[in-house]
Amino acid sequence: MSTYIIRRLLYTIPIVFGVLLLTFVLFTLVGGDISIEIAGKGATQETIDEIREEYGLNKPLFLSWDSQFVNHFKNALTFNFGRARDREPVIDKIKRGLGPSLALTVPIFFGVVIISVSLALVVAFVRGTVWDILAAVICVAGMSIPYLGFILFGQYFLAYKWGLFPVFFSPELTTAQYVALPVLIGIAAGLGRNLRFFRTVMLDEMRNDYVRTAFAKGLTTRRVLFKHVLKNAMIPIITRVVLAIPFLFLGSLLLERFFGIPGLGYLMAEAIGSRDYFVISAMTYISALLFVVFNLITDICYSLVDPRVSLE
Amino acid sequence: MSESQQLIKKEPPKGRGLWKDGARSLRRRKPAMFCFGVLTLYFLLAGFIYLAEFFDWRIGPTLWAEQAGQSYAPPSSKNIFGTDIFGQSVLRKTLYGTKISITVALCASLISITIGVPLGAVAGYFRGFVDEIIVWIYSTLSSVPYILLILAFAVVLRDRTLFGYKLTGITAVYLAIGLTSWVGICRLIRGEVIKHKGREYILAAISYGCNRRRIIFRHLLPNVFHLVIIDFSLRFVAFIHAEVILSFLGLGETERPSWGAMINDARIELSRGVWWQMAAATAAIFFLSLALNIFGDALRDSLDPKLRIQ
Repeated sequence: MSTYIIRRLLYTIPIVFGVLLLTFVLFTLVGGDISIEIAGKGATQETIDEIREEYGLNKPLFLSWDSQFVNHFKNALTFNFGRARDREPVIDKIKRGLGPSLALTVPIFFGVVIISVSLALVVAFVRGTVWDILAAVICVAGMSIPYLGFILFGQYFLAYKWGLFPVFFSPELTTAQYVALPVLIGIAAGLGRNLRFFRTVMLDEMRNDYVRTAFAKGLTTRRVLFKHVLKNAMIPIITRVVLAIPFLFLGSLLLERFFGIPGLGYLMAEAIGSRDYFVISAMTYISALLFVVFNLITDICYSLVDPRVSLE
Repeated sequence: MSESQQLIKKEPPKGRGLWKDGARSLRRRKPAMFCFGVLTLYFLLAGFIYLAEFFDWRIGPTLWAEQAGQSYAPPSSKNIFGTDIFGQSVLRKTLYGTKISITVALCASLISITIGVPLGAVAGYFRGFVDEIIVWIYSTLSSVPYILLILAFAVVLRDRTLFGYKLTGITAVYLAIGLTSWVGICRLIRGEVIKHKGREYILAAISYGCNRRRIIFRHLLPNVFHLVIIDFSLRFVAFIHAEVILSFLGLGETERPSWGAMINDARIELSRGVWWQMAAATAAIFFLSLALNIFGDALRDSLDPKLRIQ
């Protein structure tokens, strides 16, 4: 058991190393020296040199204790991401964006999961009927509408035309006010895919022998579904839920950009617009780190619940 | 010749292979065949626009840059989907956008298949050190959220000169999508190859003295390749949606019309009540994705023998 946990912990080291290597290759080797771009048009050589000095771009790439390669790892492991292109420390920007992002993504996520799991149970209950087919058709149709379509039409009709919600974020609104419409849109957009997934999970579970036994005992469909199937289907459901948590910290790029919510997604969109490698690199690293940590937690929980896992 | 002799001469009934069997089962699914027809139309349109551009034919979609009416003319009999800010026909732009989307999705699929399939097969067949390196690479890539990974690649690759070739517009887009999305197919093929490795037909091939390359590429891969096709018929949709998001964020095609750029324009237009550009682009994406989703599901049901038994 403890050997399994230790081995699993050690396994995260090469992954974190790999992610740092990836960001280094992308933003330093392929991205190249962007000091001229930062300095802007018509900057003197002095300014460019100053910027190079500040970001350490004048240092050797490899093969030195003070090389860019070593510093990249050092900075990432100490969470020192330097300054963004508008001189604000990257880490401050990220801390500031976290609140609004979570206020947006957490309700969307739990809304989607709760609604689609309950609907999946209902659909599994009426499987094979017209309702099941209708639900499947609606799911596929919902999956086919681009995410931007949901956002634009939702914003246009619900906020702009009918005035049910504020159109854009503004500082005097309460969190609940500015988050309501994006959350609604996010849930609508995510429902199709998730309902389909959970329906498959339920139907897979229903093929098992214990379900046949339960039916043979004379239990009602309702009892079999809610008492037996749901409990066993919790394993894939919980896996999906836990592994989705790190993504919540990322915010929603498109929703935040459309509604002007100053979260992490908005930060990303801005960074893409201004080619701010420092912000994108830091976000990539942090989100990968979160993913690795939550993956670790899931695996350890599994080994606690299911002794077969740690024997592998 | 008597009847009995004729019967003897008749060849024994031939078994149908996986592909023929799959095609037969697919042909029986009417909605799937209809979707296949829709997909063919989209692909033909994209191919036709390529041809028209190559031979300089002056027809609707290639004349998208011409003024077809005044600015923001609503849909009418002259312009079915109205016009945009420059008075360009939205219908022509939508048709032209098909070419961009199909090109991006096709190229991205080709790139990720060329990377993912051989890597997965090699990792699954050789195991050991090679396997560990490949698994390490794809675990690393998959620990970064997908959309962030694509964006990071697209931002860096955009307008960069690699090997003397400048990556502009959609080249950077499909490179970014292709280089990041081979992980799923690599994992799938690796798992499948590990399963197949111990089967009799591979043992037989080894006993014949086939070399390893022949075993992997002539024996193993053809037996798992239907999974690649199923996977990509469904992944195609994700590629098309990713292209839309990238174009929307300003990382896509900027000089020629694409569906993502049209939706991006619509952000400002909608507040003026100009809904037709948005509606046309969304409808184009919707029907393509719907056809791909339904056809992909039918393809999976027809080609995957394991699913059929259940």
